[in-house]
Amino acid sequence: MRRSFFRAPALPYLLVAPQLVLTLVFFYWPALQGLYQSLLIQDPFGLRTSFAGLANFAAVLADPLYGNAVRVTLVFSAAVVAGAMAVGLVLATAAAQPLRGVQVYRTMLVWPYAVAPAVAAALWLFLAHPSVGIVGRALVRWRLGWDYTLNGTHALLLVVVASVWSRVAYNFVFFLAGLQSIPRSLHEAAQVDGATWFQSFRWVTLPLLAPTTFFLLVVNALYSLFDTFAVIHALTKGGPGKATETLIYKVYVDGVVNLNLGSSSAQSVILLILAVVLTSFQFRFLERRVHYA
Amino acid sequence: MTRRWGGAVYAAVLAAVLVFGAAVGRAQAPRVQVEFWHALRGPLGEALESIVNGFNASQTSYRVNATFKGSYPETMVAAIAAFRAGNAPHIVQMFEVGTATMMAARGAIKPVYELMQETRTPFDPSVYLPAVRGYYSTPDGKMVSMPFNSSTPVLWYNKDAFRRAGLNPDRPPRTWAELREAAQRIRAANAAPCGWSTAWPTWIHFENFGAIHDVPFATKANGFEGTDAELQVNAPLYVRHLENIVQMQREGLFKYGGRDAAGDALGPSGECAMLTASSALFARYQREARFDWGVGFLPYYEDVRGAPKNSIIGGASLWVMTSPRRTPEEYKAVAEFFRYISNPEVSAKWHMETGYIPITFTAIQRAKALGYYQRNPWAEIPIQQLTRTRPTTNSKGIRLGNMPEIRTILYEEIERALQGQQSPKAALDAAVRRGNEVLRQFQRTTAQ
Repeated sequence: MRRSFFRAPALPYLLVAPQLVLTLVFFYWPALQGLYQSLLIQDPFGLRTSFAGLANFAAVLADPLYGNAVRVTLVFSAAVVAGAMAVGLVLATAAAQPLRGVQVYRTMLVWPYAVAPAVAAALWLFLAHPSVGIVGRALVRWRLGWDYTLNGTHALLLVVVASVWSRVAYNFVFFLAGLQSIPRSLHEAAQVDGATWFQSFRWVTLPLLAPTTFFLLVVNALYSLFDTFAVIHALTKGGPGKATETLIYKVYVDGVVNLNLGSSSAQSVILLILAVVLTSFQFRFLERRVHYA
Repeated sequence: MTRRWGGAVYAAVLAAVLVFGAAVGRAQAPRVQVEFWHALRGPLGEALESIVNGFNASQTSYRVNATFKGSYPETMVAAIAAFRAGNAPHIVQMFEVGTATMMAARGAIKPVYELMQETRTPFDPSVYLPAVRGYYSTPDGKMVSMPFNSSTPVLWYNKDAFRRAGLNPDRPPRTWAELREAAQRIRAANAAPCGWSTAWPTWIHFENFGAIHDVPFATKANGFEGTDAELQVNAPLYVRHLENIVQMQREGLFKYGGRDAAGDALGPSGECAMLTASSALFARYQREARFDWGVGFLPYYEDVRGAPKNSIIGGASLWVMTSPRRTPEEYKAVAEFFRYISNPEVSAKWHMETGYIPITFTAIQRAKALGYYQRNPWAEIPIQQLTRTRPTTNSKGIRLGNMPEIRTILYEEIERALQGQQSPKAALDAAVRRGNEVLRQFQRTTAQ
């Protein structure tokens, strides 16, 4: 086996430099600034600053409203991840069948991914709003008492559905690719052995999809934690009450609306640690059960 | 030889261009540039641009560049971030609830009275309506920011729905008892799907409610006299009003329209026969309403002694921001722009185009002289409501730090009361407890 070397020792560094600079400027620098800010008590204009130690963290962790945001986030994330992956898998399984015009279905199923989250949320608003939305008005007319502007459960349901909808296309693409990479001979072998469709799905398809599923689990968990901000912002702004205020939304509210930079930074540091822990946990415990074919 | 001559010709041409360019540059002396960040979009933004263009065309020394920066909170955050980076705009438009935050940022802003003194610009604060002036002045009466777009809440109602319900369309309900009765008759006759709704629940039913009934929103003269103020929105009269609202919701007379301006849509669409909302909703009613509409004063409880007092304003004012590189000419330019926007012609035009109230007495006279109130009798109601009494300690305005956060807290607790998760009293007690924590936080960050 031949290995290639770069003659000029500087060249490889030069080649990765743009990516490194981007990462440093747009990730590490703000992260470090956030860490620094989380240790300070400061007015929004930065005119008066005092060192607070870990007081901001202590205040955040002692705040019962932070506990509420943690609970909302757990319910929300679990529902979004489960919903988006389940629907994506069902659609991918259906679209993997040899059908007439399957390319059309596939293309159309990918479309929602191209819709920006804020636009998707506006779309759902026009569907679900109890007085201007088409579906919302129907629900009210059927006396189901639908009103997500005042009912916390309705609001949470709505942001979950909207977030799932924006994410399904992404999962669909990956599941479809995963399904297509499974050799047909395996399914044929299973059929010869007398397996039903479900048995073949359960014992052949799912295990071979495990790497895809695992990857999507990690990515969807991060999506539900961080990228659902726009949907919540456009639909409920965290309300009614604090029924849809997730951790990331609380970071925004406390930092940008309430101008409490210390608390907001402390929360984002906690969120960062949470994301790291969650991801490494998934890799440590779940990856063992994944077989890369 | 040719080459050397070529070089000489080239140099001569270059010199000529430079000299000519410099001459042209001097002929059009560069104008002093002023950056103006604002938060008005749509027709309001266009009206603002036209004022700015008018100023730029009226003289040749200064140029104001107006830039739309998003919603009020977004504009505020953008200005703060720019200040921290040493690049603050000269003028920023800030919503009224940001007043205390801006005032506390003494190093970041230049108070308007100081600006006018330093630049020797003629300036008479007494031409501004007291309710407007008071909101943006220090306790000893010095104007800190420049009033610009102000509005006050009124009662919008659907005259056609009133007729269908057998109510007098020219007599809007004056008191909360009358409003309740009107809502009952509207629902009984099914004259509209909803009797009454509201936009801006906290601004109208707490901040203005307190002013009109002369009860404090917070101690320390609503915060005007110190950052150690404490909320008082759990006082019996506020509890009574929230109980009334919750009761009306249960009876199907009131419909909650959401936070901030979200409730606006319920009025012009015809869904709710009555809507308590900003007087600046005029543009929308005019454009969208497919029915005959009218305007009344904000209702009050007639058994409360001294009520009704003047209401208070909302909207925004213009703040002058500092920066390490500011020159005296730039401040002069800002002062000239402020003088331009407060002249009667310009502010009367702004008032008539947008539905915001005229902020000076001279502008009211100007609009009157143009016959505006004869053509639009409703437009005088907000002005009368703002000026009907002298502002008291409780009706001068609100001066509390982190006021946007306090509004959010009130929204959250009210929403939980409307969902039936807690009693109105418990909701307001919780709002006071949480709001006071926010006030203490503000006190800590500003008192160092």
